[in-house]
Amino acid sequence: MDGIHDMGGMHGMGPIEPEENEPVFHANWEKRMFAMNNAMPAGIRSIDESRHARERMNPGTYLSSSYYEIWLDGLIRILSEKGIISEEELTGGVAPKPVSTPRPALKAEDVDAVMSKGGNYIADAGKPARFRVGDKVRARNIHPVGHTRLPRYARGHIGEIVADYGPHVFPDASAAGRSDPQPLYSVKFASTELWGPDGTEGDYIYIDLWDDYLEAASDGA
Amino acid sequence: MGANHKHGDPLPETVLRVKSLESLLIEKGLVEAEALDALVDRYENKVGPKNGAKVVARAWVDDAYRERLLKDATSAVAEFGFTGAQGEELVALENTDKVHNVVVCTLCSCYPWPVLGLPPVWYKSAPYRARVVREPRKVLEEFGTRLPEGTEVRVWDSTAETRYLVIPKRPEGTEEMDEDALAELVNRDSMIGTREADSPTMAEGA
Repeated sequence: MDGIHDMGGMHGMGPIEPEENEPVFHANWEKRMFAMNNAMPAGIRSIDESRHARERMNPGTYLSSSYYEIWLDGLIRILSEKGIISEEELTGGVAPKPVSTPRPALKAEDVDAVMSKGGNYIADAGKPARFRVGDKVRARNIHPVGHTRLPRYARGHIGEIVADYGPHVFPDASAAGRSDPQPLYSVKFASTELWGPDGTEGDYIYIDLWDDYLEAASDGA
Repeated sequence: MGANHKHGDPLPETVLRVKSLESLLIEKGLVEAEALDALVDRYENKVGPKNGAKVVARAWVDDAYRERLLKDATSAVAEFGFTGAQGEELVALENTDKVHNVVVCTLCSCYPWPVLGLPPVWYKSAPYRARVVREPRKVLEEFGTRLPEGTEVRVWDSTAETRYLVIPKRPEGTEEMDEDALAELVNRDSMIGTREADSPTMAEGA
């Protein structure tokens, strides 16, 4: 979706403000929010469903929220959409109902092992690669209403495949409950290709892009 | 409030809502409070940029390790026991006199947790995400990093599950230093690419 989260290249966001000796968390509620998001049992929602839930926050609110406020909104949104919680339960209007498909909660003693293992986004197989390292490709000019990891600033622009990372779960599909594994590439774009005369000659932007996001640069060129 | 509303001043209802959500998820058996405590402890006290600094220092002193790291960062980093969530597929990027790498996630907040821990607020903020892909040199200057005009800047937008770790240039005047002392010079931002590693004189003054 062409949402507020897709910020690459936007003007007017103001200065970057690094904080000296920044703590990992700034308040207890941030700790709990971070932890809840990571403690959710596997299978409740995919990483792409999580991201897509955050992207659908009201754009004005997104811009005026801190990052863990965005996580709060996103987690409530996705759990509500999955029928796991309801706004009435959250506000105490009704008593909590049992979840229809119970899943074992993460145990404290398993946290390190589970987090050290991580997830897996690599697929055993997928659709064959249409491109090879060295190929010139164009990021397609598409505007899907669902989740996508093709940033707006790259669309329509020509780059070069510099690495093939192999078949990976396709986020656009994963956010909709499917997988559609396909090759993931590292694609190199010249700054001047993306930003025209406002770019810098000799600088490059590398973006990880899936096969479906790309077309041969000769197509329609 | 407005675009600069930050972590320090959450709305009162935000704090309340987080509490309500935790109570509800516990009641439904989806999370346990002790596991939440353990998650916080892990990322507050165990997993942070000191991990990445060890990796970088090893790469500075051990050419064979450096080669392994550049070839397959996930495996090379795992030699230290640093693995897992948000670092399942690591790629190391080496800064040199000719090339300067800097990492961003324009779409959200992707960051290599096993080596750097959780991202600072500025990394997740709209200004950094919006600007660094368009005007990286200007952004770097704001961090005090001035690059010679001939240096090629490479900005890496973490749009997939690949996570990028920058290996900053080894500072001058560190020939006599051992790996542990070198690791002290590797600041977090140098592994994102917005700063250089500290010089030994800076470290002494700190």
